[in-house]
Amino acid sequence: MYRYDTYDQTLVDERVDQFRDQMARHLAGRLPEEEFRPLRLQNGLYIQKHAPMLRIAIPYGMLSSTQLRTLGDITRRYDRGYGHFTTRQNLQLNWPALEDVPEILADLAKVQMHAIQTSGNCIRNTTSDQFAGIAGDEVEDPRPWCELIRQWSTLHPEFAFLPRKFKIAVSGAAEDRAAIQVHDIGLRLWHDSDGSLKVKVLAGGGLGRTPMIGDVVREDLPWQHLLTYLEACVRVYNQFGRRDNKFKARIKILVKALGIEEFRRRVDAEWAHLKDGPQTLTQAAVDSARAHFIEPERRAVSGQAIAAFEALRGENRAFARFVTNNVCDHKVAGYKAVTLSLKRREHAPGDVTADQMDAVADLAERYSFGELRVTHEQNLVLSDVPVDQLEALWQELEALGMANPTVGTLNDIICCPGGDYCGLANAVSIPIAQALQERFEDLDFLYDLGPLDLNISGCMNACGHHHVGHIGILGVDKKGEEYYQISIGGNATDDASLGKILGPSFYREDVPEVVDKVLKVYVEQRHDDERFLDTYRRIGLKPFKERVYA
Amino acid sequence: MPDTQLEHTQTLIKLGQPEQDEWALSRVEEALPKRRPVIVPLALWQANAEDPQLAPWLASDTLLDDELAKTLAKAPLVAIDFPAFTDGRGYSLARLLRERYGYQAEVRAIGDVLVDQLYYMSRCGFDALALRDDQHLDDALRALGAFSVSYQPGVDVQEALFERRLREANSA
Repeated sequence: MYRYDTYDQTLVDERVDQFRDQMARHLAGRLPEEEFRPLRLQNGLYIQKHAPMLRIAIPYGMLSSTQLRTLGDITRRYDRGYGHFTTRQNLQLNWPALEDVPEILADLAKVQMHAIQTSGNCIRNTTSDQFAGIAGDEVEDPRPWCELIRQWSTLHPEFAFLPRKFKIAVSGAAEDRAAIQVHDIGLRLWHDSDGSLKVKVLAGGGLGRTPMIGDVVREDLPWQHLLTYLEACVRVYNQFGRRDNKFKARIKILVKALGIEEFRRRVDAEWAHLKDGPQTLTQAAVDSARAHFIEPERRAVSGQAIAAFEALRGENRAFARFVTNNVCDHKVAGYKAVTLSLKRREHAPGDVTADQMDAVADLAERYSFGELRVTHEQNLVLSDVPVDQLEALWQELEALGMANPTVGTLNDIICCPGGDYCGLANAVSIPIAQALQERFEDLDFLYDLGPLDLNISGCMNACGHHHVGHIGILGVDKKGEEYYQISIGGNATDDASLGKILGPSFYREDVPEVVDKVLKVYVEQRHDDERFLDTYRRIGLKPFKERVYA
Repeated sequence: MPDTQLEHTQTLIKLGQPEQDEWALSRVEEALPKRRPVIVPLALWQANAEDPQLAPWLASDTLLDDELAKTLAKAPLVAIDFPAFTDGRGYSLARLLRERYGYQAEVRAIGDVLVDQLYYMSRCGFDALALRDDQHLDDALRALGAFSVSYQPGVDVQEALFERRLREANSA
């Protein structure tokens, strides 16, 4: 993974000093809250319902064991011994004290981490595919490109006060696992027929109050121009994005208002001046970024060991379930990627205790070269596990409560912190997730349903990505009462779509029953192995609506 | 117009150092003040551009195109207004003025200019920073020097850090 040199380290250290100074001025009364606010937000610090919240960046989801241990340590010393992995590959602390935050940032800097631009109206943490570098369907490892974007966007002097937040996601595989169509800018790396690397650039996707699928700005940008082209896109947004109404300030509104042709024309006009300028990438620049993401020294795994693994899978039903759901194929024979489920009833989705962080850090060292990844589905991944160690790892994960064989099922709920923590939320979301996990815990039932994304957001800001859940649940507030709106048919992958609302919203206690009715319609109407999403696309909303509101 | 409506900057930082400010600022669109030198709204300056004691200020939503840039080339200084510190359009305007149109004289930030914007402003080509009256000079000078390294090229450093690294690796 990427390792800081003295320049990177100097920059994050100086950032800590800068924030220490800002915090001191704030506490001394020289920096009023209104003016401190954007500064603290650009260091990840929110003031939430019960306490401040600190969002720590995990650039494109890559984390080392050392970093994870430090995170655990920080949650013990400054918080309540747990953290929350978010849908944008970040980690949130729910209970830090305001005045401790500079110290927390200083501790993070010691392990090459920071909270820079994890919030605020600026370019946020760039996200990517959790299987980057190991997926069989990958044409280009997105991580070096993400790192180049991270550096370009970090403390960008021109783009610290954009109209609104700006999120970039990068995918380099055949299957989009980074939800690039619902980001302000989505980038897809691909090879043309000559084998040269091109970047497809989408703009104007996003969730929130006005969900939209991104439009293609450029199909085949040569890789050399990635940064200058991004600069042109963001400059056009900075100049022309709406600033009069924060609900209409995202780039998606600008793209729709101008139309994609006019938006493209403006970007190209801007780019004409920047193209071939100082940020043009060279082969040497890309090679040096790539040098940080070299293949680990994997050992050979014998055919015998692979056969033994397959045999065990045939004999042991529990192990087989785990492998089928939580283990992914790897581009190297004999290796697998293992997803650690952070979805279990006892904890909020995405929550991990400090002790679990330590334990997972150890597991990553013993089984997967001391590195792990954070997924936008709020799970963790050990990316390089030899199959002859899978059984041992599985047993250790069972003991840790992270082997729930439900990844990709209805039980693998994506969920924001909701009204239990978040100052923006209209309604709680974690108790909804827990009620659903309790109701639908029978594994055979879950497997019979097949792949099903159920996403919950506690408000229309959509941190829980409810618009792109096959089933989406949104907390709404009506005259001080919590209600839940249910939509179906959303999807975040290649054939991305936004869910449609079933109808009037429901009381909290009725949500599991409504979901059950939706599932029954699917089970009755599906053809053979048809996915929930495909059944919905075939039969439409009506049968679901009729059942639910009968 | 009565000159009582003029604004006078209490703290001006020019090229990183505090400096006594000669220029007054008028935000009145309709009439020229008597005082010289004075910074006036763009349209007013355009109508009186032959007066070397006048300079224009640009609103943050100014569309800076080739034609306007050509006119501005004659100005003794160009000020860019920050109506609110959260309005980031001025940063793009300053870069365009410097990098695209090669404007050489003073580019001044006016309006809601706070300590914690100064570093970014200086990177975007502002060489004169007219602080809002309640800002402290010592805080400002410290904030200006907050960083010794940057990833991106700007008006101050024309080389991206990735290019610098390659250059240094090659010469090592």
